Parts: sequence; structure tokens; C-alpha cells
Amino acid sequence: MTEDIASRRAARGRLGWRINAVGLIGLAVVVFWAFVAIFGPMLAPYPVSEIVDFDYFGGMSAQFWLGTDYLGRDMLTRILYGARYTVGISLAAVMLACFIGVTMGMVAATVGGWFDAVLSRAIDALGCVPNLLLSLVIVAAVGSSIPVLILTLAAIYSCGAFRFARALAVNVNTADYVKVARARGERLPYLIREEIFPNIIGPVMADFGLRFVFIVLLLSGLSFLGLGVQPPNADWGGLVRENISGLALGAPAVLMPSIAIASLTISVNMLIDNLPTRIRDRSE
Amino acid sequence: MSNTMTAMVLHRLWVSFLTFIFVSFVVFAITNMLPGDIAEIMLGQAATPEAVAGLREAMHLDEPAILRFLRWLGGLFVGDLGTSLVNRLPVSEMISGRLGNSLKLAAVTTLLSVPVALLLGIASAIWRNSWFDRVVSTLSIAVISVPEFMVATGAVLVFAVYLQWLPALSFANEVTSFTQMLRVYAMPVVALSFVISAQMIRMTRAAVIDTLRTPYVEMALLKGASRSRIVLRHALPNALGPIANAVALSLSYLLGGVIIVETIFNYPGLSKLMLDAVATRDMPLIQSCAMIFCLSYLLLITIADVIAIVSNPRLRK
Repeated sequence: MTEDIASRRAARGRLGWRINAVGLIGLAVVVFWAFVAIFGPMLAPYPVSEIVDFDYFGGMSAQFWLGTDYLGRDMLTRILYGARYTVGISLAAVMLACFIGVTMGMVAATVGGWFDAVLSRAIDALGCVPNLLLSLVIVAAVGSSIPVLILTLAAIYSCGAFRFARALAVNVNTADYVKVARARGERLPYLIREEIFPNIIGPVMADFGLRFVFIVLLLSGLSFLGLGVQPPNADWGGLVRENISGLALGAPAVLMPSIAIASLTISVNMLIDNLPTRIRDRSE
Repeated sequence: MSNTMTAMVLHRLWVSFLTFIFVSFVVFAITNMLPGDIAEIMLGQAATPEAVAGLREAMHLDEPAILRFLRWLGGLFVGDLGTSLVNRLPVSEMISGRLGNSLKLAAVTTLLSVPVALLLGIASAIWRNSWFDRVVSTLSIAVISVPEFMVATGAVLVFAVYLQWLPALSFANEVTSFTQMLRVYAMPVVALSFVISAQMIRMTRAAVIDTLRTPYVEMALLKGASRSRIVLRHALPNALGPIANAVALSLSYLLGGVIIVETIFNYPGLSKLMLDAVATRDMPLIQSCAMIFCLSYLLLITIADVIAIVSNPRLRK
């Protein structure tokens, strides 16, 4: 009897971790870009800001795989270096956003009362400022640098993470085991760490991925407007901005960074839509 | 309209008003976060202590922040938006023309994209899981998950570079004839329509499919009604509220799109003005533009919520 249950659990465990083909492709692309973000500069065929071609907006060739940009710099190199900014800044921002937002959300849901009410209302109101606009105003006020970008993006998206985590935690908070833990006299840190957090981790992870996509899009948009990563460095959005005049020529210098962004965001979406059932089940 | 409904709508409007005050406080606080003295920066070389003190007094910079906030907020309500730090013109004068241009762009886009998006959304709900639905859904998800500027550059590549139907850049200043207007507006409107239609299609489809899961639709199905009759006669009238809600919400995406699209196409609208103000750090201008954007966003969200309340039949007694 016990053996039977154990084997069944093992079988379900094996099945539960299986991921389908679409999810696997998404995972592969995400891992690829993570690899590029770390090792990109070592893979780059040319120095990043060296003008290697006398022709600007060159097409794709054996020498320059992705063509050259508006100054005749190698586009592949620029994109490999840009990955570090796009992926790095977004990842730092999303981790900060989710840490702050999820912690505050769990605390608000567990404590309740006026603390919860005031915080929720304030964050709802803040949600009525469009994200791009809020980041524009902040960058206009304090200037753009990488720490400012990370903090701005994290602040904006921690509001969403807060609302998401709070809604989940409010449900968990009414469960019997939380009541029991409370009756036992457990304190707030124990409650959120041991009772609430393990029960919302699945959806929070899916939300983490989705928020990462939003942050990549917003960061690219900001850089495209010239308010993100500042020249001579460039993330992928900045690369599109630099080379926008090549658009009328249909130059690969405009297309390739856009394709890089799209491949990252779409594959993260594909991955979280097809997460292994083991993780998904927790989210229901 | 029942009493509960009126009460709920009024409550929603009250919350929107409070939100507006809070948002204006946030915008004011952020734009005043910058360390350093605006008077000193403005005077530059001529910043003698007397001149700085005089200018500070003239600009009310010597007052506490909360008083300046109230003065600024009061000014907003009567249309006094202050003067630009860069060229000393009244902000309201600088904005008025640009605002008109942006509103024109938004209006034309709305007129074009709302009918198309609704048709596509409803059609893909009727034939859901067919190849038509799959193509529409995949395309709209693809548009949502790429940056807005990529949609716009893609539109330029297809319509201006490869097909050569339209010019790549537009200048709204020299419009004299209808065909010229068509050529000026076509690219920005097409790009912007793609951005907001994607959201609208998805939300409309979800709203219709949601009503298709109700018991009365199941009843109609059991009676043997055809698929299109079920959708058009039974589901659609009940989905009108959620759909109107979806339209209002999607239109709030116009904003992010407008900022990007105006930049790409060099369109002389409000967001172009705001970006230029960001470059020159012209705070009064930034504040006013930001408040106009926030206000229109808030307005659309409020309309969406009010529609959701009014269209809820349970509140209609």
C-alpha cells in the first residue's frame, strides 16, 4: 500500500517536470541570451566601438554577419555587448521589483487593517500613472544612469508585483493552517516565510517572468527615446535608436536589435505559458 | 438607473478625483526632487545673490513645497500652467497647438482601429480554435510582446520601404489637400492602430468567450441554435458592457504608443514636445504634459469602470 503510493508519487513527479516542445524552445532561447549576456564580449568578433567598415548601414555579409551600423561598426558585436545591458538591467530591476513587491504584498495581506488599506490605495492610485510616462518624468528629473534606470523600473513594477502577491496572499491567509499558526503565537516573519510564501511561489514565479518581459519592453522603449542607457554604450533599444535613419534603406542594423528584443520577450512568454505542470499546478 | 448604481458611479468618480490629486502630487514631487536651485541654474553666469533671491521670490521658490504644490494645483484647475523655463512662453500657449495635433492622431486611430478590432475579436470568438482564430490570436500576441517602436518600424518597412505606398516620415504642418492629409496621417495611424488593436482584439475575444460559457448560452446550444445565432443573439448583447470596457481600457494604451509613434514619425504632437522638454529639463512644461497624459489615462480608466458598473444587469433594478 505505502509502496503503491510512493511509486505513484514518483511517476507523477517525473511527469510533472516534463516540459513540452514550445516551452523547451522558449527555455533554450532564454538560456542562450543569458549565456550571451555573460560571455558576449568574449564572443564578439570585433572591438565594440571600432569602425571596421567604410560603408555605413552595410548589409549582411560573411565578414559582418549582421551588417554594420550608421558609423560602420560591426552590428553583431554591438548586439552581443547590448545583451549585457538589456538582460542585466532588466533582470536586476525585476528581481528588486519582485522582492519588494512580493514581500510588501505578503506583509500587507498578513497584517491587514489600516496598513493594508492605506498601502493598497496608494499603490492603486500610482497605477493610474502610465508606466512610460512615470519613468520619463523620473529620468527627466534625476537624469539617466544605470542605477537610476534599475531603481526606476523596479519601483514602477513593484506596484504590480505588490498587487499580484497581495491578492494571492489574502486567499492563503484565510486558510486553516495559517489560523493555526497564528493561534500558536507565531510572529509575522515566520508566517510569511513558512506559511504564506511557499503557497504562492508558483504563480509568483510565472509573474516574475511576465514582469521581466514588461521591464525589457519599457527599458527598450526608454532607450529608444534616448532616455535609457546613454551612448557610447547601447542596449538593444538604444541600438534601434542609433540606427533609425537606416530604416528607409531597410538596413539590418535597425532590424536585428529589434529581432533580438522580440526573440527574448516572446521566448520568455512561451516558457511561462508552458511551465512544467509541477509548477503550474501550484498556481491554481 | 437605480440608487445603488448611482451611488457606485459617484463613488468611482470620487475615487478618480482623489487619484488625480494623488497623481498630481506624485508628479510634482518627482519633478521637484532634483537637487540644486532652479533660479541659480536659470540665471547661469548672471547669478548674483541679489538676482537669485529676486528670482526665487518671483517664482515663489522661497515658499514651502506644500504651498507651491497647492499653488500649482490651483493653477492647473484654472488653466494656468506656468511659464516655460527655456523660452519664457506661457506653457498653455506652447501646448495648445500640439495637443490638437495629438488629439487628431488619437481620434483618427480610434475611428479606424475600434471597428476593425471589434470585428476581428468577435469573429475569432465565433470561430474560436479555427485557423482564423489561431492566426488572429498569434498575431495579436506577437504584437503585444514586442516593443511599440518595433511595430512602428515594421510598418514603415512594409508599407514605405518594400511596398512604397506611403512616405516614411510625416509632417503635419503642410496639409492642404485631402490626399496630402492621407499621406501624412497614414503611417502613424497604421502603426498606432496595430498597437492598440492587438489589445482590443484579445480583450474583446475574451469578453465574448466569457459570455459563451454562461448557462443561457448552453441552453441556446441545447435548443439547437446555430453557432452564429448563439453569438450574435445570445452572447453579444450581454457582452456589450465588457466589450465597451475593453475598448476604453485598450484606448489607454494609445498613450504609450503615441509617445513612441510621434518620435519615429517626427509628428509634431504633445509627446514630441514633452520629450524635447525632457532634453532641456523644462520642468513646468514636463509637469503640464505629464498631467495632461495622466488625466486622459485616468479619464479612460474611469470611463471603463463606469461602463462596467452601468452594464452590470444585477445593479439594474
